[in-house]
Amino acid sequence: MARNLTTTSSGRVERRHGDDPRPAPLTRPATDIFETDDDVVLVADMPGVGADDIEVTLERRVLTLRGRARPPAPEGYRQVYGEYRSGGFERAFTLSEDIDRDAIRASTTSGVLRLELPKAASARPKRIEVQAA
Amino acid sequence: MLAPILFGSRSGDPFADMRRLQAEMSRLFDDAGASSARRAFPPVNVWLGDSAVVVTAEMPGVPQDRIDLTVQDDTLTIRGERPAAADDGAAWHRRERTAGAFARTVALPFRVDPQKVEARFQDGVLAVEMQRPEEDHPRRIAITAG
Repeated sequence: MARNLTTTSSGRVERRHGDDPRPAPLTRPATDIFETDDDVVLVADMPGVGADDIEVTLERRVLTLRGRARPPAPEGYRQVYGEYRSGGFERAFTLSEDIDRDAIRASTTSGVLRLELPKAASARPKRIEVQAA
Repeated sequence: MLAPILFGSRSGDPFADMRRLQAEMSRLFDDAGASSARRAFPPVNVWLGDSAVVVTAEMPGVPQDRIDLTVQDDTLTIRGERPAAADDGAAWHRRERTAGAFARTVALPFRVDPQKVEARFQDGVLAVEMQRPEEDHPRRIAITAG
């Protein structure tokens, strides 16, 4: 992150934050991860992002979620108070080898992305029959 | 937000400034951590127009029929409930999303007309547009030369 440092005539250094051109903010979406018998499930908050603006990629063992939010500014209004910034979302996860990578399912509702990662057959809990001897 | 930081004298320990800067940065991050834990849900932005105000709120995963909006005088109250992704008894690896009931009252810059409110909810973002009552619209005052 580059900061703007200027030297004043007295030789002191001041840091100014006003004229620092930053790119659109990238947020790491809050994510829940839990496991069922058959799947590992990832649920990530990406408010303002529709299905067309989500990108999920898997490269080797790295799963990357990306989302681009719609520009929020209502027409004819100017912002006077802000607690959140609308921008892009991005987060990467490393998957264990026990995931069946070809069968990953993704869906989105109300700005929440849900990924179901099926466990490879070898990783599923197996029932072992007990015979009465 | 960072306030301008002025570095002090050049005499003495050249690393004193670095240490002081690091101490300030740690305090900044500690404050940021504490305040994000106390942040209200949902986070809101407020937008001002000529005689109307829009409040937008990020509420991903809240079912639309579980959102309750109330407008009174110069406040907007947003109530709702967000279901958890799984039970407490499930095998959790990571749990970062808050769940449960929430209520938040937002102070508006002026009184609004409850009959003139429009609310939209798309992709987890709520936008509530509220108009000022007719009688509250700012009036232009003519100045006569005297």
